Amino acid sequence: MTRRAAYFGQRALPVLTVLTLLLALWYGAAVWLNAPWIADQDRRAGLPPPGLSQLVPAVWAQERPVLPAPHQVIAELAKSTLGTAVTSKKSLVYHGWITVSAALAGFAIGTLLGAFLAVGIVHNKAMDLSVMPWAIASQTIPILAIAPMIIVVMNSLGLQGLLPKAVISAFLCFFPVLVGMVKGLRSPEPMQLDLLSTYGAAKGQTLRLLRLPASVPYLFASLKVGIAASLVGAIVGELPTGAVAGLGARLLSGSYYGQTVQIWAALMAAAMVSAALVGAIGAAERVTLRRMGMAP
Amino acid sequence: MTLLALALAVWILGWALNAALARSAAAQYRAGRFAVAAIFGLTVLAVWELAVRGLQVPGVILPPPSAIAARFAAEVPTLWADFRQTFLKGALRGYAIGCTSAIAVAIAVDRSPFLQRGLLPVGSFMAALPIVGTAPILVMWFGFDWQSKAAVVVVMVFFPVLVNTVAGLKASEAMQRDLMASWSASYWQGLVKLRLPAALPFIFNGLKIATTLALIGAIVAEFFGSPIVGMGFRITAEVGRLGLDMVWAEIAVAALAGSAFYGLIALIERRMTFWHPSQRR
Repeated sequence: MTRRAAYFGQRALPVLTVLTLLLALWYGAAVWLNAPWIADQDRRAGLPPPGLSQLVPAVWAQERPVLPAPHQVIAELAKSTLGTAVTSKKSLVYHGWITVSAALAGFAIGTLLGAFLAVGIVHNKAMDLSVMPWAIASQTIPILAIAPMIIVVMNSLGLQGLLPKAVISAFLCFFPVLVGMVKGLRSPEPMQLDLLSTYGAAKGQTLRLLRLPASVPYLFASLKVGIAASLVGAIVGELPTGAVAGLGARLLSGSYYGQTVQIWAALMAAAMVSAALVGAIGAAERVTLRRMGMAP
Repeated sequence: MTLLALALAVWILGWALNAALARSAAAQYRAGRFAVAAIFGLTVLAVWELAVRGLQVPGVILPPPSAIAARFAAEVPTLWADFRQTFLKGALRGYAIGCTSAIAVAIAVDRSPFLQRGLLPVGSFMAALPIVGTAPILVMWFGFDWQSKAAVVVVMVFFPVLVNTVAGLKASEAMQRDLMASWSASYWQGLVKLRLPAALPFIFNGLKIATTLALIGAIVAEFFGSPIVGMGFRITAEVGRLGLDMVWAEIAVAALAGSAFYGLIALIERRMTFWHPSQRR
C-alpha cells in the first residue's frame, strides 16, 4: 500500500463512513418526522394513503418540513449565499458578516484583556491570589445568561449594533484566555528561570525572552476555545433585540415564522463559520509553532 | 462625592490588605488564600455599591448590590420556581440523559477501532460548533415546556462527554490490558475492572465541562420560547420591563447553581478517582 492509500484507510475512510451513516440517519429521520403531515394532507383531500415511492420524494421536498432533508438545507444555503447579492437582507453572507465582525471584535478585546491581566497576575502575588480564584470560578457560571441585559443596558446608553455583541463575546473569551495564559506564563521550568536570573535578566526581559514564548502553545489552545465561544456570544447577543440582522436573527425569525429550512441553513452557516475560524487559528498555531521551533 | 471618595478608600484599603496578606506567611495556607479571595470579592461588592450610589447611576443601568440582595430576598418563591423549571426539570434531566447516552455510545463504539477513528474527529468537530443554535429547532419539536430545554441540553453535553470517554477508554496501558488477558478476563470484566476505572478521570473531565454547558443550554433555549416560568424567561421578561435588580438576582441564582453543580461533580470525582495523581494532596 502506498502512503497515501494507507492514510486514506487509516484516517479518511472511518470519518467518511461515520459521516455517511449520519447522513443516512438524517434522511431516514426526515422521512419519519415529515411523513405524518403528508399522510394527513392526503387523508383530508380524500386520497388513499400514499405508497412509499410517492411518500419519500414528497417528504424530502416539503416547503416547511419538521426536519428538512440535507439537500434542501444545502439548496437553501447555496441560494442565500451564492444566489443573492451580498448586500441583500436575504443573503446569509450579509447576516454572517454582521455576526462574525461582532464576534471578531469581541474576540480581539477579550484576548487582549485576558493576556494583559495574565501578565499582571504572574508578576503580582496579591493580584494572583485575589483574581485567580474568581477567574476559575467564573468558568462554572453560565455567563451567557447576562447577554440580554448587556444588550438592553447598552442600548439605553445609546450604544447599538456591533459593540454590545462584541462586549458579550469579549466576556466569553476573556476567562479561557486568562486562565490559559497564566498557565502558559508559568510553564517555564525553575531551571530556565534560574538561568535567566544568573544572566541578570530584568523581569521585563524574562517576560519577553522566556515567559511569553513559552506561553504560546497555551495561548493558541485558549484562542480556539475563545473564538468558538465568542461566535456563540455574538449569535446569542442578537436574540434579545428581536431579529434585526445576523445569524442569530435568522434563527429567531425562522423560529417565529416556522421557516425550518431557513433555521437549518443559518445553523449550517454558523457551523461552517465556526469551523473555519477554529481552523484558521489551528493553521496559525501550526505555522507559528513551526517557526518558533516548537513543532516538527 | 463623599461616597466616591469612600469607594476609592475602600478599594485602596482592600488592596493594601490583600497585598500585605499575600506577602505574609498566611499565603502559604489554604485559609489565608481563601481570605484574600474573599476580601477581594467583598471589596468589589463594596466599591460597586458605593460607586453606584455616589454617581447616582439609575437602577435601570446598574442596580447596587444591596438592591439586588433585597430583591433576591423578596422574590425567593419566584426564583425557586424558576430554578425548579430550568435547572431541576430542564438542565438536570437533559444532563443525565445526555451524559448517560454519550458514555453508552462511547462504550459501544469502543469495540470497533474503525468507528472510533471515524467518530473522534467528527465528535471533536461537533463539540466546537455553536450547538446552542439548535435551540429554535428543538423548541419547535418538543414544545415550550422543559422537554425542549432538556433536549437542547442533551445535544450540548453529548459530544464533549463522548469525546472524553472515547479518549479515556484508551487510557489503560498495554501492560495492564495484557495482565487482564493473561487472567483470561472477558471483554466485560476487562471493561468494568480496568478500562472504565482508568477512563474515569477523562469522563469526569467531560462531565465537568458539561455542567456549565447544561445550564447555558437550558437558559438560552428559553430565549426561544418557554412557559411563563424559568430563569431564561425571567431574564428576558425582566430585561424588557427594566427590572434589572431581578435580572441580577436571577444571574446570582444561575451562578450559584452553576458552581454548586460543578462542585458536586468535582466532589464525586474526588471520591471515585482518589487514586489519580491529580487528586493527591
